[in-house]
Amino acid sequence: MTYAIDGWFAIEEEGVRLLGTRCPACGTVCFPPRHDSCPDPRCTSTDMEVFRLPRRGRVWSYTNACYPPPAPYVAAQPYEPVTLAAVELDEVGIVVLGQVKGLTVDELTVGMELELTSGPLADGPLVWMWGRAS
Amino acid sequence: MSVVVMGTGMHPWGKWGRPFLDYGVAAAREALKDAGLAWTDVQFVVGADTIRNGYPGFVSGASYAKALGWSGARVASCYAACASGAQALDIARARILAGLCDVALVIGADATPKGFFKPVGGDRPDDPDWLRFRLLGATNPAYFALYARRRMAVHGSTPADFAAVKVKNALAGSLNPMARYRERVTAEQVLASPMVADPLHLMDICATSDGGAAVVLASEGYARRHGGTLVRLAAVSTVTPTFPNTVLELPDFATDSRVTEPPPGHRPFRAAIAHAAYEEAGLGPQDVSLAEVYDLSTALELDWMEDVGLCPPGEADKLLRDGQTALGGRIPVNPSGGLASFGEAIPAQAIAQLCELTAQLSGRAGPRQVENARVGLAANQGLFGHGSAIIATR
Repeated sequence: MTYAIDGWFAIEEEGVRLLGTRCPACGTVCFPPRHDSCPDPRCTSTDMEVFRLPRRGRVWSYTNACYPPPAPYVAAQPYEPVTLAAVELDEVGIVVLGQVKGLTVDELTVGMELELTSGPLADGPLVWMWGRAS
Repeated sequence: MSVVVMGTGMHPWGKWGRPFLDYGVAAAREALKDAGLAWTDVQFVVGADTIRNGYPGFVSGASYAKALGWSGARVASCYAACASGAQALDIARARILAGLCDVALVIGADATPKGFFKPVGGDRPDDPDWLRFRLLGATNPAYFALYARRRMAVHGSTPADFAAVKVKNALAGSLNPMARYRERVTAEQVLASPMVADPLHLMDICATSDGGAAVVLASEGYARRHGGTLVRLAAVSTVTPTFPNTVLELPDFATDSRVTEPPPGHRPFRAAIAHAAYEEAGLGPQDVSLAEVYDLSTALELDWMEDVGLCPPGEADKLLRDGQTALGGRIPVNPSGGLASFGEAIPAQAIAQLCELTAQLSGRAGPRQVENARVGLAANQGLFGHGSAIIATR
């Protein structure tokens, strides 16, 4: 099982989690993980710690790719439109973009609850994806 | 002291298949002719770079200088994605304001491949612009579509509203000899064009184009000695976003957390870009006679109108529907025809916006002329957080 990117998400027993980081000084949480410095310019901390982000959130917006995206994306053949959703995570209020698994744009609405899952890219490696909330 | 636009020049936008230098040099020659100057009069040349045309594109200032004939002029080259043109203008303006030169030539041009913009070549897992394609297949239109769908949900805009933007801009573009698309279109044609990224159709999304634009900037004293209408470059805003940036930006995977309390005076990025320009010019949205905003999609024009303060949030659709943003309306938006009629030639675009403002403010816009134009605003945004806004006045 290969991850398409290291250190951004983990498949754990209770489900898939995005791995953000949290500033121990001011509490700011961010994704993708920053390890060098806090994103808040008023905070001087350089000591970010890994923070598992909430698995659920509400759809901020969504769309699809009706035509195959160009490389380095590897499009499935035959091509099926990829659905994308930007989801505002519960509690931390970060909007995270991801592919949507098993739902088309016709089945999505802004404000709808989704839950993190994972799925394979067309050439195999796994990436985080949004899925129907269980 | 102020900096003025002495001359403007453009090479028509299209898909001509020639080297970018050809378009830039043609635009530069036009701008020099318009200013009544020779290339050898130019003390400082700034090139807005292109990243899709090999090494000459990364050092475009020198590439243009060589093509025009080595003159010994001082040179700069810069890249800031779609904001490259504004960045180049800002560099030239700063040198004039510092008293280090009197006259500068700013040039931007691009030659683009067909289809979606791709990341530049090579495997670069540390580059978000490469990763967003690799992990998500998230093209530029995907981001435009996210904004459009969000607008539909928050403000009740419809695909028919978006199509009405294209109809308006195509009409203006039909009157602009520099535009790539000169055909008028109907809302039915827009809505019947293929869906690219739901809810945006092909005709909602700006194309990628070849084109070139150039301006001659000068100190006011220098320009006065040469005569002509004085169009002042009253502001160039090149701000970055402020934390927390809670709107998803190209090419990002995520926003900042909205849990963080924003500092006083915090504005969303696009609004902050325009605000900084207003502050610098000592003007406000109520003073604006016309605006060129970056309509990467039809829907985005509506967002920009609100972000630059032409109307309160959620009211852009009504202004559009009432014809207020069309030529002849109270506040024409994209009187050039906008990206809808031009398509995007990245480093040329902000310079082309200034060409339109200058044409309007000097009463030389022909059938597109906005009556009694006194203040023009141009707004734009470069990938990764490069703000770009210009205010010109007469």
